[in-house]
Amino acid sequence: MTNEEILGALAEIVNEVAGVETSEITPEKSFVDDLDIDSLSMVEIAVQVEDRFDVKVPDDELANLRTVGDAVDYVAKTT
Amino acid sequence: MTADVVVTGLGATTPLGGDVGSTWDGLLAGRSGVTEITEDWVDRYELPVRIAARLAVEPGDVLKRVEARRWDRCEQVALIAAREAWEAAGAPEVEPERLAVVIGTGIGGALTLLQQDDLLENEGMRKVSPLTIPMLMPNGPAACVGLEFGARGGVHAPVSACASGAEALAWAWRMLRADEVDVVIAGGAEACITAIPVAGFAQMRAMSRRNDDPAGASRPFDKARDGFVLGEGAGVMVLERAEFAAARSATVHGRLAGIGTSSDAYHITAPDPDGAGAARAITGALRTSGIEPSDVGHVNAHATATAVGDVAEAAAIRSSIGDHPVVTAPKSVLGHLLGAAGAVEGMATLLAVRDGVVPPTRNLTDPDDDVKLDVVTGKARDVELTAAVSDSFGFGGHNVALAFARA
Repeated sequence: MTNEEILGALAEIVNEVAGVETSEITPEKSFVDDLDIDSLSMVEIAVQVEDRFDVKVPDDELANLRTVGDAVDYVAKTT
Repeated sequence: MTADVVVTGLGATTPLGGDVGSTWDGLLAGRSGVTEITEDWVDRYELPVRIAARLAVEPGDVLKRVEARRWDRCEQVALIAAREAWEAAGAPEVEPERLAVVIGTGIGGALTLLQQDDLLENEGMRKVSPLTIPMLMPNGPAACVGLEFGARGGVHAPVSACASGAEALAWAWRMLRADEVDVVIAGGAEACITAIPVAGFAQMRAMSRRNDDPAGASRPFDKARDGFVLGEGAGVMVLERAEFAAARSATVHGRLAGIGTSSDAYHITAPDPDGAGAARAITGALRTSGIEPSDVGHVNAHATATAVGDVAEAAAIRSSIGDHPVVTAPKSVLGHLLGAAGAVEGMATLLAVRDGVVPPTRNLTDPDDDVKLDVVTGKARDVELTAAVSDSFGFGGHNVALAFARA
C-alpha cells in the first residue's frame, strides 16, 4: 500500500468518526490542534485503523501519532 | 419583590411532530402519535405490548451525521429541542456564567448501554465505543446542551422517573428566583423504546396491551384504560428572570409562576391512592405562585391511564384545587414520554394559557366514576385562562406541580 493509499483510507476513517472533511486531512495536520479531534475519537480512529490495515496500535504508540503524517508513517512501517 | 420567571422560548420533538408548532397542532387536533412497533424484537421476545409512540421526525434526519454518531438518542432529542427553544428565544446574549442548563431524564442512554453490551458480547472489548459512558450517563442530555450553548452557570440533571422533566423546570425556577443565573435552558428528554423497557413495564402490568387499536390504546380517565403507551421525545424551554427578559425586549409566552414538589414515601411504584402527595405538590405550586385555587382554570393532568394513578390524581386535583378546572390528559395522544413528559406537557399547559384553548383527551368515551372532573373530550375547548397547573408524578413517589400564568 502506498502512503497515498494509506492517507486516503485514513481520511475516510477520520471523516467517519469525527466528521472532518477528507480534503482537510493532510499529512502536516495535527489531530488535536488542527482537526479538533478529542482523545475519545482518537481511540475510535485507532480501532478502525487496526481493522482496516491489520496493524496493532498500542496506547503508547497512539500517543506518539500527533499528526496525520505520523499515522500514515506508522501504518506504512508496520504493515 | 422577588423576580418573576418567564418563558421566552419553546422547543420540542415528540410523537406528534418534530417541533413545538406541529406538536401543539397535534394535541389540539387530538391526533394520536401511537403506532405499531415494527422492530423484530417484538416477535423475538413475544412481547405482550406491540405499540409505542415513536418520534414523528427521526433525529438522524435533523442532526449532522457526526452529532448523531456521538450522542445517544436521548441526548439527540434534547439537543434538537434545545436548539429550537434557543432560537425561538432569540438566542439571548447572556454571560456564560449566568446561563444554566437543567435537563432531566428518567432512564438516560439505555439504548447505548444495550448496543455497547451487544458489541462487547459479540465482538469483544476493543469494539466498545470510548463514547459509551458519556452516551449512557443520565446527565448526558444536560451536558450535551450545556456544551452546545456554552453554559457555565451550572448544568444539572434531575432524575425522578416520569417527573424528571417537570422537576427540571422546577429546578430552573428555583435557580432564577434565587438570582443564581439570568437564563436557564430546561426540560426533559427520553428515548428508550426497546425490548427491555417494554418488557419491564409490561411485567409491572403498567402498559396498555390494546395492540389491535394503537390510536385507541392510551385511555386516561376512561373506564376501559389498561395502562400507558411508551413514547419518546424531548421538551425544552428557555426561562429567564423577568427583568433580564424585559431588558432585552424578549417575547414572553407566559410565566412559570410557581412550583411544588413532594414525595409519597408510600411504595416504590404505586402512588398513594388518596393522592395526598400529589395534592401537596399542587398546593405547593399554588402557594409559591400566590395563585388561588379558584383562579386555576385548567389542569394538564399526568394521567398515564393506569388503574390506580388516574383516580388518585383526580382526587388530588379535587382536594387541592376543586372540580372547576378544565382538565386534559395529553398522554392520550403523546403516549408517555417518561422523563420528557413533564416538560412537553408543561409546554402544552403554558400554550393553553397563552392561546386560551385546552386540547381534547382522546379515547375518553366512558369516564371512570371516580374521576369527577371536567375533562375535555372530542375537540379542543376555548377557555379564557389566567393560570393553569401541570402535574407530573414519577416512580419512586415523586410529585411535581408547575403553575403557569399569563405574562
